[in-house]
Amino acid sequence: MREAESAITAQGVRKNYGGQPSGAGLNGFDLRVPAGSVCGLLGPNGAGKTTAVRILSTLLSMDAGRASVAGFDVRTQGRQVRERIGLVGQYAAVDEILTGRQNLVMFGRLNHLSAAAARRRADELLERFSLTEAAGRPVSGYSGGMRRRLDLAASLIVSPPVLFVDEPTTGLDPAARREVWAAVRELVDAGTTVLLTTQYLEEADRLADRISMLGAGRVVAEGSPDELKSAIGGDWIDLVLSEPVDVEAARPIAARLASGEPLVDGPARRIGIPVAERTRALIQVATALNEAGIEPEDIMLRRPTLDEVFLHLTGEGAATVPAGPARTGVRVNAGSGNTTEESR
Amino acid sequence: MSMPAHPLSPGSPLSRLGWALADAWTVTLRDLNHWVLRPGTVIVGWLFPVMIVLMFGGLFGGAIDTPGGSGYFEFLMPGMFALTMLFGLESTMMAVTTDAAKGVTDRFRSLPMSSSAVVLGRCVADMLNSVVGLAVMVGAGLALGWRWHGGIGAALAAVGLLLLLRFALLWVGIFIGLVAGGPEVVTAVQILVWPVGFLSNVFVDPATMSAWLGAIAAWNPLSVTASAVRELFGNPGYGGESWIAQNAALMSVAWPLLITAVFLPLSVRTFRKLKG
Repeated sequence: MREAESAITAQGVRKNYGGQPSGAGLNGFDLRVPAGSVCGLLGPNGAGKTTAVRILSTLLSMDAGRASVAGFDVRTQGRQVRERIGLVGQYAAVDEILTGRQNLVMFGRLNHLSAAAARRRADELLERFSLTEAAGRPVSGYSGGMRRRLDLAASLIVSPPVLFVDEPTTGLDPAARREVWAAVRELVDAGTTVLLTTQYLEEADRLADRISMLGAGRVVAEGSPDELKSAIGGDWIDLVLSEPVDVEAARPIAARLASGEPLVDGPARRIGIPVAERTRALIQVATALNEAGIEPEDIMLRRPTLDEVFLHLTGEGAATVPAGPARTGVRVNAGSGNTTEESR
Repeated sequence: MSMPAHPLSPGSPLSRLGWALADAWTVTLRDLNHWVLRPGTVIVGWLFPVMIVLMFGGLFGGAIDTPGGSGYFEFLMPGMFALTMLFGLESTMMAVTTDAAKGVTDRFRSLPMSSSAVVLGRCVADMLNSVVGLAVMVGAGLALGWRWHGGIGAALAAVGLLLLLRFALLWVGIFIGLVAGGPEVVTAVQILVWPVGFLSNVFVDPATMSAWLGAIAAWNPLSVTASAVRELFGNPGYGGESWIAQNAALMSVAWPLLITAVFLPLSVRTFRKLKG
């Protein structure tokens, strides 16, 4: 087969919905996903992530451009493409009235396994996704996480060389999210190429080898999570101070040691200091605070979060939050645990 | 764990057809499984027309002059059989729209299966459902005093005409279900099923309506099937001198064929081209 190098390619793909609110269009979408890797397609709602997946999985036609999946043209060789892909949608695309096992047997039959093979395969997948106990119950009684796992299982009845996973953990609680992540990881280890769309930066950071950031229907940045974080420059030291007076006292120290402009969030008593040399800067800041007699509540060194990278690259920050203090909030808050609240 | 490799599609058209039929049967079985798991829904669907019969027969039957004076049920049942076929349209529409909204349709479309198999599977399942529904109605009619007076051949022909109407409406249901885009639209169409049902000769004589309304009612596919079925069962009907009244038998075949000829290709094409 020809997918040795690239499992998924897209060149200049365009899709115009003509002002319909039903979907976000694509405006010259380019993508190249090497076989056996996980590509995270990251972007806010309306950036065109789902449109891209629907086009690549032959569910939607494109207006212009070229795309191939597993070496076959998406436009002209739909059947061949469909024989080589699995699709996990935003919504659990399983039959809610049927039981878990009935669903898997049905999709097995529709993948043209024999009746016996479909039953055997259903039992294997139920076991693997910890659904054996619930197998005989109608899906309508499943939890969100169980449903999503069943959806994943339904996509894996026959081993797909390429798997599309469209916002797999939207609406799931953290435990269910981890279950889905583990399942995706396992597949990748078995050699499947995965295109994952998500609006959770943490998810892309965890699962993806490469990330393509989508804004307004095109890829605005591409790289490994680390590369993207480096793209907006160095690291940050976040200070959390116990007294407002300390914030004032620390302000000149931050200004003196920062490589750029420090961001001060007075009410939260937080200061974000951009720095060039990680360890050295940390020592300098700690020493200067100590000499000034300031005891910070917290002091931490961190890389920029993907939130910040995203806001930086797409200019979304300028559009959605006023420059200045609000952005300070984003940067400083983000240090406390890689949260993604600010971008949603 | 080993995963089975994807069986690739066969080359010859004949084995492709075999797969398409097998796929269609799998989709049909899915619906039959729905019957087993949610018996309430199908049973209510089968009993609903019986309720309408009791309601109309019991409440209005005494007030309506029936041709031949042989009792309202004798007159009402054939029309109700036809109306039952029309009600079937609603369950078809609802099933198709629900699948589209829940993403099941997308799942089917992402599989290497024939697109006509999904539509064909729905067709077989709904026809089976209607056969049972019709049997329930015939049973209810017999219990209420309705009888057929012709031979068994004529009775079978009547059943055939009714199922032909159902078959035609099925494609209308699939088409509307596919283009509806959501259950709200389906609800609106479900309400419209009633005026279509009433604007016919099922309950009253179109001759009692104003001329233009009566003409629409007489040409309603439901009316021509009802008239033809009354004749075949030997039940009283309104008759009349108009062309449509004289040619009910012909039109009860022509109408469904025409509807099918329009909506079957439209449905299959819409399913295939759900690409926005």
